[in-house]
Amino acid sequence: MMAVSPVSAEEVAEAVKSHPRVSAVGGRTKLALVGQGEELELSRLSGITAYEASDYTVTAKAGTPAEEVAQVLAEKGQYMPFDPLFSKAGATLGGTVASGTSGPGRFRYGGLRDFLIGVQFVDGKGKLVRSGGRVVKNAAGFDLPKFMVGSMGRFGIMTELTFKVFPRPSESISLKIMCPDHETAVKRLGEISLSRWEADTLDYDPAEKVICLRFDGPEQQAISEICEEVRGCWSGEVMPADDIEWSIQREVSWAEGMFLAKVPIALSRVIFLADWVDDCGGMVGCRVSSGGNVAWLSFGEKELVAVEEFLREKAMTGLILRGARPDGPWLGQRKVDTVSGLVKEALDPDGRFPEI
Amino acid sequence: MIESLTALLSPDRVLTGDVHLAAYESDGLTAFRAKPRAVVVPETGQEVVEVVQWCRRHAVPFVARGSGTSLSGGSLPVEEGIVITLNRLNRILEVDPVDRVAVVEPGVINLDVSRAAEPHGLHFAPDPSSQTICTIGGNVAFNSGGAHCLKYGMTSNHVMGMKAVLGSGEVVEFGGRSREQVGPDFTGLFCGSEGLFGVGLEFTLRLLPRAEYFHTVLAGYHSLEEAGHAVSAVIDSGLLPGALEIMDALAIEAAEAAVSCGYPVGAEAVLIVELEGPMEKVAAERIRLEEILEKTRSFETRVAADPVERMTIWKGRKSAFSAVGRLSPDFIVQDGVVPRNRLGEALRRIGELSAETGLRVANVFHAGDGNLHPLILYDGREEGGLERAEELAGRILEMCVEMGGSITGEHGVGMEKRDYLPGMFSAYDIEVMKRVRTAFDPDKVANPGKMFPGKEAPSLSQSGLHPLEEAGIISRE
Repeated sequence: MMAVSPVSAEEVAEAVKSHPRVSAVGGRTKLALVGQGEELELSRLSGITAYEASDYTVTAKAGTPAEEVAQVLAEKGQYMPFDPLFSKAGATLGGTVASGTSGPGRFRYGGLRDFLIGVQFVDGKGKLVRSGGRVVKNAAGFDLPKFMVGSMGRFGIMTELTFKVFPRPSESISLKIMCPDHETAVKRLGEISLSRWEADTLDYDPAEKVICLRFDGPEQQAISEICEEVRGCWSGEVMPADDIEWSIQREVSWAEGMFLAKVPIALSRVIFLADWVDDCGGMVGCRVSSGGNVAWLSFGEKELVAVEEFLREKAMTGLILRGARPDGPWLGQRKVDTVSGLVKEALDPDGRFPEI
Repeated sequence: MIESLTALLSPDRVLTGDVHLAAYESDGLTAFRAKPRAVVVPETGQEVVEVVQWCRRHAVPFVARGSGTSLSGGSLPVEEGIVITLNRLNRILEVDPVDRVAVVEPGVINLDVSRAAEPHGLHFAPDPSSQTICTIGGNVAFNSGGAHCLKYGMTSNHVMGMKAVLGSGEVVEFGGRSREQVGPDFTGLFCGSEGLFGVGLEFTLRLLPRAEYFHTVLAGYHSLEEAGHAVSAVIDSGLLPGALEIMDALAIEAAEAAVSCGYPVGAEAVLIVELEGPMEKVAAERIRLEEILEKTRSFETRVAADPVERMTIWKGRKSAFSAVGRLSPDFIVQDGVVPRNRLGEALRRIGELSAETGLRVANVFHAGDGNLHPLILYDGREEGGLERAEELAGRILEMCVEMGGSITGEHGVGMEKRDYLPGMFSAYDIEVMKRVRTAFDPDKVANPGKMFPGKEAPSLSQSGLHPLEEAGIISRE
C-alpha cells in the first residue's frame, strides 16, 4: 500500500480522521519507534515557516530536515545547541522531538526540552492543537511542547515546531583525555562538569577509556588558554582531537547496522555501566555523553536479552531507536502510572496512534 | 466534616479561626482575596497525600501554597476550600555534587537551594526577584523565571524529576536524576500546570556550576528607545549575555528613592548587561561589548569593578518593584512577552496607552527575552480605580498577543489573566488542555478557578500593599 504523504497540517488532520490507526514517519532514521498502523509519511510537510534571527526563534514544519534548519541558521551565525541527532542521515525536526534525541552539544545548554518552545500537533480526534508559543519566554497554558519530547507519536502527530536558538560561537577546540580506568574517568568527568571552564561537549568512550570534550568560544586565544589549563591538570594524557569526532557522534555512525538504544543515566552510575560493557567482551558498544547523563548502546540481536536483563536489574530504562524487535522499543524497567494512560486517553481517545 | 480532617493531622495544624484564615486570604496579587474553610499545615509528604485524598473524597477544592508570592493570584484560596500550606515541608533532602542535583521538598525557599549547593561551586539557576522568600513548589507550579532565562531557561528547564500527589489521589513519580529521559516528559508537563494537576512533594533539581567571572555594565540613555536599540545591537553581535535588563525613568526614580542605587543622573532609561563565564572568554567578549555600547548613544557607562559594585547595580534593578509602592498606593504588574525585536514598538504603545488612560506606568523588563513588566499605578480607594488599571493591563496583554507574544512570561495565568487565555489559544486548544487536566484531576479539586477562563471560584477585591511587600520582604516580579 502507498504511504499517506500529507503536505499540510490540515491534510495530516484529514489523514488521522480517515484512518483508524496511524503512525508518523519522517526521515526514517529511528525506525524502531515507528508503531503499527497506516504510515503517515511527513517528509513533504517541510519548510521553515518563520525565522527571526534577532528573536532567537525558528519555526518549521515537522517534516523539515534538521540539517536544512541548521544550514539556514548557520547563515546568520546561529545554531540549535541541543545538537539534533542523525542530521546528516536525514532526521526531521518532528522525529527528533518525538524520539527525544539530542546530540553531544546538549551538555552545555541542555537538550530538546530546553529549546522547544511551541508545537502544533494533530490529536487523536484529527484536530489541530497549538501549545506553547513563538517567544523565548512563555508561561501560558500547559507545557505540551515539553510533553511532546520523547512522546514517540503516541499522543499526537506534530505538524509544526518552534525552537529557541542561540548565536554560534565562532571558534572551537576539541581535546581527548586518556584515562587509566573508568574510576579515574568518572572522577575527571565530574571535575570537568564542576569546573570554571564551561565545556560545550563532554563524552566518554569506555572501550578506549577516553574522555572527549570541546570548548567553543568567541576567539581562538581565549579557548586555547582554557585548553592549556586542562592540559596542565592531566599532564601527558591530554591531546588535541579532531572536530570530526562530533559529527561522528551526531550520526552515531559507529553503531551502523546494529541495534542502537538510548539509556538515560547519571554520572554516579557510569562506572558500573562501563564495567558491564567490559564484561560483554566487545559485544556491546557504548558511548557515554553529556557529562554522564546519557549512554548510547549498540549491540547485535544476540545481545538483546543481556542488555534487557542488565537494565532491568539496575532499574534503568532504555529505548531502542534502531533495530527491529517484535516486542517494541522499550528496554529494562518501566514505571507506568495510571495517569499516563489517562493522558493518552485525553489526547487520543480512539487509540488511533500506537500504544505507549 | 472538618473534624475528619482534624483526625488526619493534629488539631493544632488544622486552622479554622478567622484570625488564622485571614492571613491566607490573599497572595502576591493583593487586589483579590477569598476566605478558605480551613488551612492545614502538614509536616510530611504523607500528610499532604492524605489531605489531598480527603479533599477528593469530600469533593472539597484545595489550593497548595508556599510563601504566597504569586503575582497572578495562583495561590488565592478557593472560597470555602482548603489551603494546604507547604512551608514546613522545607527539607533539602540531598545535594549531590557528582550528579549535580538537589532533591528538595516543595516548601524549600528558592535561594536556600543555591546556598546549599554553594560549597560545591554549584547553584540553582532560576532566580525570580522574590527568591529570598518564594518556594520551589510555587516556582515549579508556575514555571517561574528571573533575569537569566534567555541563556538558562525557566524553572521547568531545571526540574528533572518529581514525586507528586495528583488531584485524583494517585501518587506518582516522574523523571529522575538524569538530565536525559526516555518517553514523554511528564515532569515538563507538570511544571507550569499552576497547581491544577496536584501537589509536588519532592523535586529533583538540576544544579549548574557558578560562573567564574561576571562582567556587569550599567549604561544610561536619554530615551527608552535608545536603550532598546542598544539591546538589539548586543543581540545582533552574537554575544549571549546572562542578563539584559532595562528600567525606565519612573522605575529609576522609585529605585533611587528606595535604595539610592546611584544610577546615572538624568537617565530616561538604564540598561544592565551582564556577561558571565570563564575569565578568558569574558575578557574577549567584554571588548566586543564595549565596542558595541560605544556606538550606541549611551551618555554614561559604568562597569562594576568588583562584586560589591555589581550588587549595587543589581540592587536598584531588583528593588524596583517594591520601590514603586512609594509612588502609588496600589499597582498591578503584568508580565506579557513580545518578540524581542518588537520591544521598541511595544514600549511606545504602552506609553500611548498610559497617556490615553491617564494612568502612570513604570517599565522594568527582561529585555533579552522580550519579557515586559509594566507596573500600572492606581489608587484602589478611588471609585473604579482597580477596574481602570485592569482595563489598561488587559489592553497591554492584548497588544502582546497581537504582536505574536504571550500574556505571561513567568508569573503564570493564575486567576488574574484567565480571561485572556482565549486570546492566545483557540477554544479547541483550551478544550484539549482541560481534557489533560481531567486525566490528573477528574473532579477538579486541585486549584480550580485558575488558568481557565470563567469563574470556577469567586473572589473579592481589595486595595493596598501586601504587608510583606510593605516590609520590603517580597517584591512583585
